[in-house]
Amino acid sequence: MAQIVLKNLRKSYDDTEAVRGIDLHIEHNEFVVLVGPSGCGKTTTLRMIAGLEEITGGEIFIGDRLINNVPPKDRDIAMVFQNYALYPHMTVEQNMSFGLRLRKVANAEIARRVNHGADILSIGELLARRPKQLSGGQRQRVAMGRAIVRNPEAFLFDEPLSNLDAKLRVQMRTEIKKIHRRVQTTVVYVTHDQVEAMTLADRIVVMNHGVIEQVGSPQEMYESPQTRFVAGFIGSPAMNFIPCRIVRSGSGLAVRLSQDITLNLPPALEKRYCGHLDKDMVFGIRPEHVTEQRQHTNAQQLDFGCTVEVLEPMGIDTMVFVEINGAEVTARAAPRSVGNLGEEMMFTIDMNSMHLIDPATDKVV
Amino acid sequence: MNAMVGETYFRRLLVFYIPLFLFVFAMLFPFFWMLITSLKPDAELYNPRLSPFIVREPTLEHWENLFGTTLFVEWAVNTLWVAAASTAVSLFAGVLAGYAMSRLVFRGSTMFGIMIFVTYLVPPTLLFIPLTGVVTWMGLQDTTWSLIFTYPTFLVPFCTWLLMGYFQTIPKELEECARIDGATRLQAMFKIVIPLAVPGILSAGIFAFTLSWNEFLYALVFIHSPETKTIPVGVTSELIKGDVFFWGSLMAGALLGSVPVAIVYSFFVEHYVSGMTGAVKG
Repeated sequence: MAQIVLKNLRKSYDDTEAVRGIDLHIEHNEFVVLVGPSGCGKTTTLRMIAGLEEITGGEIFIGDRLINNVPPKDRDIAMVFQNYALYPHMTVEQNMSFGLRLRKVANAEIARRVNHGADILSIGELLARRPKQLSGGQRQRVAMGRAIVRNPEAFLFDEPLSNLDAKLRVQMRTEIKKIHRRVQTTVVYVTHDQVEAMTLADRIVVMNHGVIEQVGSPQEMYESPQTRFVAGFIGSPAMNFIPCRIVRSGSGLAVRLSQDITLNLPPALEKRYCGHLDKDMVFGIRPEHVTEQRQHTNAQQLDFGCTVEVLEPMGIDTMVFVEINGAEVTARAAPRSVGNLGEEMMFTIDMNSMHLIDPATDKVV
Repeated sequence: MNAMVGETYFRRLLVFYIPLFLFVFAMLFPFFWMLITSLKPDAELYNPRLSPFIVREPTLEHWENLFGTTLFVEWAVNTLWVAAASTAVSLFAGVLAGYAMSRLVFRGSTMFGIMIFVTYLVPPTLLFIPLTGVVTWMGLQDTTWSLIFTYPTFLVPFCTWLLMGYFQTIPKELEECARIDGATRLQAMFKIVIPLAVPGILSAGIFAFTLSWNEFLYALVFIHSPETKTIPVGVTSELIKGDVFFWGSLMAGALLGSVPVAIVYSFFVEHYVSGMTGAVKG
């Protein structure tokens, strides 16, 4: 249990910069998820915290201790790897106690901790087996068990669920959340899966090209992304981006998506957007805020019509794909009210949930 | 072996059993030849009218000659000592160098690897000339130590390359995990990597042992006294006097000389195969 502080952390290999100055303050017992596309530097950052990569610049503190030059074994952290990294020549019990034996913990204490860890993860009956005799999910549990028995200052997870099948992944996700509640420890978790990030994190850190794009709670990331990258990365299906222009309409402002579709801006947003009048901008709206035509519950819900191009039934909803101004737009409609392919369908859009992005900076206005 | 669906017995015979039989025959024939030659009396051996493939009146006289008049037992002890010692030295160096080259990135590590390989390519027929100077300078001529120190010139590069490949098949996360768990780099190496590399180390060891056991040139050049010789050199130098070949004893010595290697191979054949193919999974 300790806070982890990264100060202007950098990592470069010969001619590429993998991590380009990261500042992050992770609190006691906080579950922080680093998420981003592959190559964004998230794993490198984690490995620098673990001490597996040398630090090119900046500082890392665990607790109050500067650990830049502390070898991994003395950092008092535990890590769960993507491929589990169980020692194949040892039994589960030996795998779990390896770290304790190296630290010369008394045998009775080792047995107590291993049994306790096995209890938490319900792997008690597997202790005598070898990794080869375990299923993917069991290996995952053992890898976590090995981390838990160490009782470290912090847990590091490096894409721990990527090797599991979809169903097991969802199950283990819940499991990890439960375990975190029981084992109250600081967790840094790396994944490329935004759903994992949203469901697990106290705070999400979205990274791209070696820098942090945005840090915030899952809900903040979803509701108020600060950049186009975050807006597109968080949420599934991804946010729609439509080239647009802010124009005058009567006494107020409107956003013109295409020749046929011009939508009035909510008065509350006019002040924020008036500086971008008559400029080419990008209109961002999540699929769930574009629905089949509905009875309006407030004045900011507007209707427009479009030709249905593709339908993807998901069961609870049907994804309707239309094209607006050259951009493919996804709408989320109730299955019974979707139109037919190739025909015009009416949609309701919730303008309160819109985002306006300046294409010059890719920042959300 | 299971027949594949649609495969006829005739076809299997043609593509599998006949080639296999020919191969086994070619491999085993020399052993058969050595055995019958060592058991034939000289009169039978030199009589061209008799079938060479059978023994009419088997005799142990050549074997008695081998053990009675030559220093064969000493040669065998020397060979075993030299092969075991040079294998141990080479494995020790090979494990460390192979590990370093597969795991540590240091300036010139690639170059270092290539140079090790190049030294392996220098033929012993050239290398023995300068090595003779070195051996003399160290005062080791005519001792088994001269062989124990010179065999690693070809064994170390060999072991290093074989083990480097093997270490690369062991996921480096295992070691990283051990280091986070509380191991130093050396502890991670000895407790995790080396136990997992045992099949690779065994095959490198078997190979090194065989190469030293059979080595001829250096043993011929550096050793002169009959009592210090190894089997290959002892047998050929002491049982061929000028143009007189003591075929029976020669073959008996050759047979005894090849048996230990065959035994070593058959004991470790499974490790040896997995050592050559890389083995760590899950």
